[in-house]
Parts: sequence; structure tokens; C-alpha cells
Amino acid sequence: MSAYQGKYADELCANAAYIGTPGKGILAADESTGTIGKRLSSINVENVEENRRALRELLFTTPGALQYLSGVILFEETLYQKTHDGKPFVNLLKENGVLPGIKVDKGTVELAGTNGETTTQGLDGLAQRCQKYYEAGARFAKWRAVLKIGPTEPSQLAINENANGLARYAIICQENGLVPIVEPEILVDGPHDILKCADVTERVLAAVYKALNDHHVLLEGTLLKPNMVTPGSEAPKVAPEVIAEHTVRALQRTMPAAVPAVVFLSGGQSEEQATVNLNAMNKYKGKKPWTLSFSFGRALQQSTLKAWGGKKENVQKAQAAFLARAKANSEATLGTYKGDATLGEGASESLHVKDYKY
Amino acid sequence: MASASLLKSSPVLDKSEWVKGQTLRQPSVSVVRCLPNAPSPLTIRAGSYADELVKTAKIVASPGRGILAMDESNATCGKRLASIGLENTEANRQAYRTLLVTAPGLGNYISGAILFEETLYQSTTDGKKIVDVLVEQKIVPGIKVDKGLVPLVGSNNESWCQGLDGLASRTAAYYQQGARFAKWRTVVSIPNGPTELAVKEAAWGLARYAAISQDNGLVPIVEPEILLDGEHGIERTFEVAQKVWAEVFFYLAENNVLFEGILLKPSMVTPGAECKERNTPQQIADYTLKLLQRRIPPAVPGIMASFLSGGQSEVEATLNLNAMNQSSNPWHVSFSYARALQNTCLKTWGGRPENVKAAQEALLIRAKANSLAQLGKYTGEGESEEAKKGMFVKGYVY
Repeated sequence: MSAYQGKYADELCANAAYIGTPGKGILAADESTGTIGKRLSSINVENVEENRRALRELLFTTPGALQYLSGVILFEETLYQKTHDGKPFVNLLKENGVLPGIKVDKGTVELAGTNGETTTQGLDGLAQRCQKYYEAGARFAKWRAVLKIGPTEPSQLAINENANGLARYAIICQENGLVPIVEPEILVDGPHDILKCADVTERVLAAVYKALNDHHVLLEGTLLKPNMVTPGSEAPKVAPEVIAEHTVRALQRTMPAAVPAVVFLSGGQSEEQATVNLNAMNKYKGKKPWTLSFSFGRALQQSTLKAWGGKKENVQKAQAAFLARAKANSEATLGTYKGDATLGEGASESLHVKDYKY
Repeated sequence: MASASLLKSSPVLDKSEWVKGQTLRQPSVSVVRCLPNAPSPLTIRAGSYADELVKTAKIVASPGRGILAMDESNATCGKRLASIGLENTEANRQAYRTLLVTAPGLGNYISGAILFEETLYQSTTDGKKIVDVLVEQKIVPGIKVDKGLVPLVGSNNESWCQGLDGLASRTAAYYQQGARFAKWRTVVSIPNGPTELAVKEAAWGLARYAAISQDNGLVPIVEPEILLDGEHGIERTFEVAQKVWAEVFFYLAENNVLFEGILLKPSMVTPGAECKERNTPQQIADYTLKLLQRRIPPAVPGIMASFLSGGQSEVEATLNLNAMNQSSNPWHVSFSYARALQNTCLKTWGGRPENVKAAQEALLIRAKANSLAQLGKYTGEGESEEAKKGMFVKGYVY
């Protein structure tokens, strides 16, 4: 068979297209227990289940925010959690037209013989886990592969290995009813310029799509979560229009029109930067047969987190901050963001952490 | 390729032991470019001709126009001439090609003409260089650069396409002579497999040819023809086409070809010629568009989907093209036809000077029909019976 045509084919295509609805995007709230712990400790909150639940409830019950989201990526624990009055999060999301998604990878491990390059684990038992998640209400999945730019990186081994892992994960998801978000993140760390990033991004995406095609993945039922094409973290900054041009060109050269949407990762950009760059992409005049949207974690939650500080009395303030960012990014997917979102504390703060590990 | 489970069982290695004393393994070509001290190392695409290539590709892909393929080798042209009782002499080939390129107003419907080498250096019967006539007609001259198909050793009786030797100097010479795009036709046969080997060879040859052409100023038309011969249904063609195009684009990327400066010439996704089940133009359009959406990066200008007529009748080819242009596409979807443009014209000429005008009329009728089809506006009114006759020849050899 040339591409997946099984029982979930139509549903996968419909869900993928829905996630790419202009004006909407994804909230990545799938921080693992360890990672969310780092977030909580940054605002002096204890990393216990109740606090993790409370934070996610704060986000999902923000009045008026869910209309700007087509999907939320959850960590496994969250998929089975409820609001304080007993409503399962998945139901709350679904009732508001938001598809629940689930992180299914099991983190990265180093590739022997390389200079610290990694591959992503999680294929063992993946089919059974996907079935379980589908039953629990998930309709899309996420798997993060990581590559870095260096004098001899990314190596062909790292590119091949990560592309293959993404392709295997993708077809297994589709066979079990979950739209796979394909995420080949090329880290922003380094002194390289934007041309270098463009070159690497194009090579990586060419390998990724080759692998997806070889594995018979149904492209119409997938989403891509790439990095934006930017200069390295230690290189001079460039204008959003330049980022937009290089990013769109890289996608034009590698991403078939059959893929309905791109949901960019924010990769350490500040909340405002990420929004402004996404906006520039949607204003950019050029061939874009796919929707360009967002799948932001830090870039949607940073100022919300700071405003909350773990205190009940701050919930309203925190929700206001979240609503502002969600709305701003919704406008950015339409190219209509005016840069006027109430800048919450920390909205302009860079969220870059060197050699970031989830 | 290592899978996750393989990695789990490998022993934990002390990284310093691994790296120390081991000569750096030979980096692959893609890594060699990234020299540590180079200012901004990146892949070189298309050399000094990048802008011109992009411009030329856009012109050939202009709305309402397509390509006239008139690059039949001398042997093949001989068959055409024989079918109307003419001897295969240079004079006759010259007379026929003169007829084609001087059709008044041809440039309204035709943006590019692919020539055989002899024709690139020929003049019309009244002494004007054929390339000059074309340029005056606002038609971009192109040149066939491959050296034909030969048996592929180790395959299942399949072929591969020759022509890479000396291609750089040949393309440079053709550019001097006035050519601005090139064509290379390789084939894939479904009844014979196709084997993995044949597909890889076809794709790799195309990629090397494309890179060399761009380096010498010619926009490469990338043409992996999936032969019509066979009893297979449309689903099987679709499957093979997806595999072939995935391979082609991957190798084009590996060879650093500038996608904004190429044209594609895919065969439409149809059932095999001997398949009992036939499909409508709408079905063919749907399958073909799906293939393009799944495999063709939007950077390719107007996909240039220049379509082979591959043995369909003149009218069938036009109908199929029309069906493909009923909604907007990220790339220009147009035609590259030989027999589907020339058939009636040739028969009308019959080799007689007094028939030249009528023959040119016939050519313009087909060219205009296909121009309308490119715009999605073809209605099929007033088509002749000749135009509806199928032109499939079993085991066709160009």
C-alpha cells in the first residue's frame, strides 16, 4: 500500500485539518513531571500532583481562551486528571472544541560514537499505549526528536536515526487513530547564522519526509512541528521578516502540500518574539499551501506562571495573562497581530536555556 | 538503521575511549560542506545562474501556455515521417520542424519547445536559425540531453538512462547556442517490478543531470516516465508513482538542486494500457493531484506539471489536463506534449507544401485547446475524429 488507508484514515485527515484551522493553535502543556518541576520551582511551588493539576486547571478553565486553541498536548498524568469539581480534563477540552493530544515519546538518549547527539526512545509497546490513549480521549500525539548544529553536526547518523524514529512513531499512531505531530527540533544553541540554520533545516526535513514516505505515512493525517529558521542563540538577531522568509522557503522546498498545517515550536524565544515571528510568517507573501500556526509551551505559559506564583488569589490575574497570549497567537496565525498584547511580566524575557532538555 | 530496541542493548561506552585515538570517520559529503572555519558554510545551488534559472522556469510555467515537445531522435522522427510516406532525410526533418516553429502565433499557447540536437543547430528552409525563430515567437528553446535508454544489468529487464559523461561541456555548449532548458527522460516499468535498483538508478541519474544542467544555465526538466504498458490498475500506478517521486525528490535534495529552478514532467496517474478497467478524466485528475500534493514541494514553480501524453488520444490528454485545473494548485499544472500536439498536424501535412497552412492550423487548434485546458476552460466543442483516436503503441520506444 502506498499510504495508510485503514479504518482511521478519514478521521485522521479531519482531525489534522481541524488542528490547522486558521485562528487556532496548540497549547503544549505536556511537560514531564521532571520538567514541570523546574517550572514550579521557579515560582517556589512544590512539585506535587495537586499543584500540577491546579496549574493545568488554571489554563484550561481560562474564560474565553479555549476558542483560540484547536488542541492541547498533555502529559500522561494529565490525560487522566480532573478539575476540582470532578470533570475530566479531556471532557472539558472536547466540549470546547479542543482536541486532546498526548506526548508519547520517552525522552532522548545519546547516540554512541557521536558528539553528544541523541535519538528519541518510545517505540516499544507504542501501539498498545496509543490504543489506551485513544480510549481515554486523545486524538493526536507528539514525539520530539532533537538535533543540534555544530562543526560536524548534525551528523548523517543522527539525521537518519531521528527521521526513522519519527516515521515509525507516525505510522504506529495512525494505525491506532492518533494524528502524529512530527517534531524534528533543531536546537537554537550556537553561533551559527540564519543561512546555516536554513541549510540544516532543509536537509533534516528532506530526510524526515523521505522517511515518512518510505514508511507509508498518510501525510494528510499528520502535522509538522519544526523550529523556525533563525540565527543561533549566540549570533546577532535578525528582523522577523527575515525569519519569515527563510522559514517559509525551507518549508516550500521540503514540505509537500498534502500536509495540512505547520505548528511551530517556540524553542526558547520569548512569548512576544514567538508571536511576532509567527505573525510575520503569515504576512509573508509567497506560496503557502499549508496553515502556519503554533504549538507553544513556554511561549504561552511564561507570564501566566509568573502571575500565578502558586497562589489561589492570583488565579484571575494569571488567567488574564494566558488569555492575552492565546489571543495574540491566534491573531498571529491570521497575520493580524498588532504587537499590543498586554505584556505580562516576563513576556519579553528570553526563555532560552542552553542545551535544553525536556 | 538502528532502532530504539537495538540501542537499548548496546553496551555503555565510555565516550572518551571511543573518541580518543580513533581517526574521525570519513564524514559524508553532506557534512564535509560544514567546514568549521568557513564563514557561513552552506550548500551551493545552481552556481551563477540561479536568478536566470528561476526566471526561465517561471516563463515556461506562464498561465495558458505549455511545452511543445519536438525532440524526437532521428530514428523516431523517421517513424513519424514514414507514417505519411516520407523518407527520413535531413531535408524532410528540417521541413517538418520548420512547419512547426513558424506556425503564426504559436507563442500564444506555447512557452517552450524541446529540440533534438540536430534541430538546435538547424535553420529553417529559408535560412533562419530555428532558435531565433522560436525566441521571436516568445518560445523558450530547450534541448534533449540524454543519450537514450540501455539495459540495466542486474535488474528485471529494465532500463537506465545514459548521458552523464561530458554533460557539463555539452550543456554549456547548448547554452551558447541558445537553449535555456534541458530534458532527460528516464523510464520505470510496472510490469517489470519496478525493482528497487531501477527506481534508485532512475532517480539518481535525474538528480545528477539536474545539478549539472543548473550549473551550466539550463533549467532541467525532471522526467521519470512511468510507462503506460501493462495490465495494472490505477491504484498500482499511484503506488509506484509515489515511490518514484519520493526517491526523485530526495536525491534532488541530496544533490543540492535549486527547486525554484526546475520543471517537472510526470506521467499522469492512469491505469495500464491493457487494464480492463478504465478511469474517467476526473478520476485521473484526482489521483494525479493527490500524487503531486504528497510528493512535490511547493517551491517547484508551477509544478510545471508538464504532462506526457504517453499514448492517450489528443482529446483525452486535453480533457485530463482540464480536469486537473478545475481548482487552484500551488504549482502551475500544464502540458508537455509531442504526439498529442503533432498527430493531426502531421497527417494534415502529408509532406506537401500546399498543405503547410492547414497543418499549422491543426497544430494551433490543439495548442489552443491545451492552453484552455491549462486555464481549466476547455469544453471539447468541435474536436475532430482524428483527434480522438488513441495513439498507444505497445512497447513504445522513443
